[in-house]
Amino acid sequence: MIDRELVIIGGGPAGMAAAVAAHESGVKNILLLERDQYLGGILNQCIHTGFGLHYFKEVLTGPEYADRFIKKIRFLKGLDISLQSFVTRLTRDNVLTVFKPGKFLEIKARALIMATGCRERTREMVHTAGTRPSGIFSAGLAQKLINIEGLLPGKKVVVIGSGDIGLIMARRFTLEGAQVKAVIEIQKETKGLTRNVVQCLEDFDIPLYFSHKVSRIYGVNRVQGVDVEKVGGNFKALPGSRFYIDCDTILISAGLIPENELIEMAGVVMNKETNTPVSEKLNTTSIPGIFVCGNSYQVYDVVDSVTRDSERAGQQAAEYLKRL
Amino acid sequence: MNKYDIVIIGGGVTGTAIARELSRYRLKIALLEKEAELAFGVSKSNSGIIHPGTQNHPQSLKGKLCVEGNALMREVAAELGVDFKEVGELIVGFDNEDAARLNGLKKQAEELGVPGLEIVGRAWLEKNEPNLSPEVVAALYAPTAGVISPYRLVYDLSENAARNGVEIFTQCAVTDIEAQGEEDGFKVHTSRGEFPVRYVVNAAGLFADDISKMAGINNFTITPRKGEEFLLDKKREYITRHLIFPLPTRKSKGVLVIQTSDGNPMIGPTAREIDDKEDLSTSDEGLKEVLSSARRMVPAINDRDIIAYFAGLRPSAGDDFIIRHEDRAPGFINVAGIQSPGLTAAPAIALMVVDILKDNGLKLKKKLFFHRHRDKTPHIFAVTPEETKKLIKKDARYGEIICRCEMVSRKEVEEAIDRGAVTLDGIKFRTRAQAGRCHGGFCTTRLMKILSDKTGQPLKYITKRGKGSEIVIGGRADD
Repeated sequence: MIDRELVIIGGGPAGMAAAVAAHESGVKNILLLERDQYLGGILNQCIHTGFGLHYFKEVLTGPEYADRFIKKIRFLKGLDISLQSFVTRLTRDNVLTVFKPGKFLEIKARALIMATGCRERTREMVHTAGTRPSGIFSAGLAQKLINIEGLLPGKKVVVIGSGDIGLIMARRFTLEGAQVKAVIEIQKETKGLTRNVVQCLEDFDIPLYFSHKVSRIYGVNRVQGVDVEKVGGNFKALPGSRFYIDCDTILISAGLIPENELIEMAGVVMNKETNTPVSEKLNTTSIPGIFVCGNSYQVYDVVDSVTRDSERAGQQAAEYLKRL
Repeated sequence: MNKYDIVIIGGGVTGTAIARELSRYRLKIALLEKEAELAFGVSKSNSGIIHPGTQNHPQSLKGKLCVEGNALMREVAAELGVDFKEVGELIVGFDNEDAARLNGLKKQAEELGVPGLEIVGRAWLEKNEPNLSPEVVAALYAPTAGVISPYRLVYDLSENAARNGVEIFTQCAVTDIEAQGEEDGFKVHTSRGEFPVRYVVNAAGLFADDISKMAGINNFTITPRKGEEFLLDKKREYITRHLIFPLPTRKSKGVLVIQTSDGNPMIGPTAREIDDKEDLSTSDEGLKEVLSSARRMVPAINDRDIIAYFAGLRPSAGDDFIIRHEDRAPGFINVAGIQSPGLTAAPAIALMVVDILKDNGLKLKKKLFFHRHRDKTPHIFAVTPEETKKLIKKDARYGEIICRCEMVSRKEVEEAIDRGAVTLDGIKFRTRAQAGRCHGGFCTTRLMKILSDKTGQPLKYITKRGKGSEIVIGGRADD
């Protein structure tokens, strides 16, 4: 068993900001665990600009924003970074089970900051009827395929939901030569940022349908098209409103779910609606010494807010450790 | 091409169980599957229930083979290293009328020889199945019901059959069956060439009627009966401790609350007769029906816990299985209409087919060496931390998690590919990677790369389940 003052799970913007803040507040025995081969988290695939407007008062891309923090934390004394490290279990008394290539570790943390981000809602969660062909992607997976792997998933695209990643990806697909046929939003308005609606859809003449839903997916091996219907109150389809869109690719951008399965496993009291911890004070949980920050604490619109939130969590963890 | 003794058409659980059973004998056997991989037809949507035999008429072939198969399955699972969990089932009743029907079911099942049956009341239920609706007044408890992974069973059966000499051909669609005259057998024409053969076993699932027609036997029709199933998050693994069944209707067993061998509970299936043998679509009505029926029995089920859903088609050929030699096409054996309890019955069906072949002139000589055992494939999600430590020590790749929801390591993925997976679905069925709550959002690109590295196919040729289902069709940036 390895003992640590503070363990931070997640090496994205939240985890890195929490690490810096905790370190500045005097914690000098920190372990940061990141499951991927590099730090930066999802920022690495966000090659568009718009990051850092509030925090750095500059316009940065995702990788640039991440890089500012990577440079900061890489050589901090008393902060160890462990990549390709996968936490699979967390117990009530802060014992973590960690997988690494060739290693299986158990780590006991005096304090713990969860900076595990979000996962995307899936097609299954938005209850879309029809077949299950290839060509259905979460917007984030499509982003990874294009921006990291250099692979274009398809040529004729329909986006379900108007979350920010979906809007950004509508533009990305268009720039790569694909045709984005429509963005279909079941609500009366979008949860996405206005700037994204303007810059990603309106500037490219991509139609955005409010109060509409994709009611059926067609295609045996590959997506062939979708039925779209207008919805009234209760999201019930309005008779006679159905129309068909021919497409080979569907992106799902219908919201994010905070990833809090580990603290749930540890017995933290959860809000089942939001999948976030019930906390009396910001960033805390029902188990003393377990803190949650960034998008796993609350889904934020912009990364700058994630950074601020996580800095606060880092400071709180430091105070908690001092009091112990 | 040398003449085969037996060609088995269909690589689902029925075909592979028959292949494995026949591989004990000195025979030249080919198993033909039209899809990219085995278990991609009817078997892939199977619920994984090993039935005790409480649901079938005492005089039916289904009932007899189900009870026999339930007993045999334990042995087969142990030999092949497939996990079999005997969880038991509860058929629940909501009022006195139901309770009377439970007694009738019990009597009927006892006639079939189902062991250990018991009618249990409120007190027992509260203690042993606390999440059951308080409105359930009594239940028929059948302890011999169990669960198994239907696809892993198919892969392990086929692997063991192959080790014992069975030749397996995938992407091999049968196009015609030409009789060569009495005693001379058949020529089976396929998309991969001709197979001259003495005996043909038709285990073609949904397409068994089409295959039978090719041999000139047109005495049954397969009607697909669709079942929609909904998979819950592994977090809810212990929502029930048993398989929960309503009282059956004449047409179906009704909507069940199912445990699976991998831990995710499942609810379903619906039962609707359709025309299209390829229609695997799910519907809003199906979801509504399943949720309300399942919640009636287990109110704690929440639709937010649903992480996946799919539809399967039962190959129905009337009330009972059709397992027979067709005298008008000597050497042609139909194994058709194998819907529930087909998975349970598979080992018993295999024995029955061997007997039918023997009765029709096949000489059976046992091999000197039959490889009965297959080493169990380890899965990280299914072993203890101590065993995990040992596995990682033995092979570092067990420590590299690829699918984070279901805890699947690189080693398991590579092993699945070594064992024959050529598609993402093939990897999913063998390892569970992509089957969890994020639906491959995290691991899809990782799996594509491993598959591409190991098989040498470029990323753009990687498919979900065979030709036509490529993951990316827009090309590469550097094309």
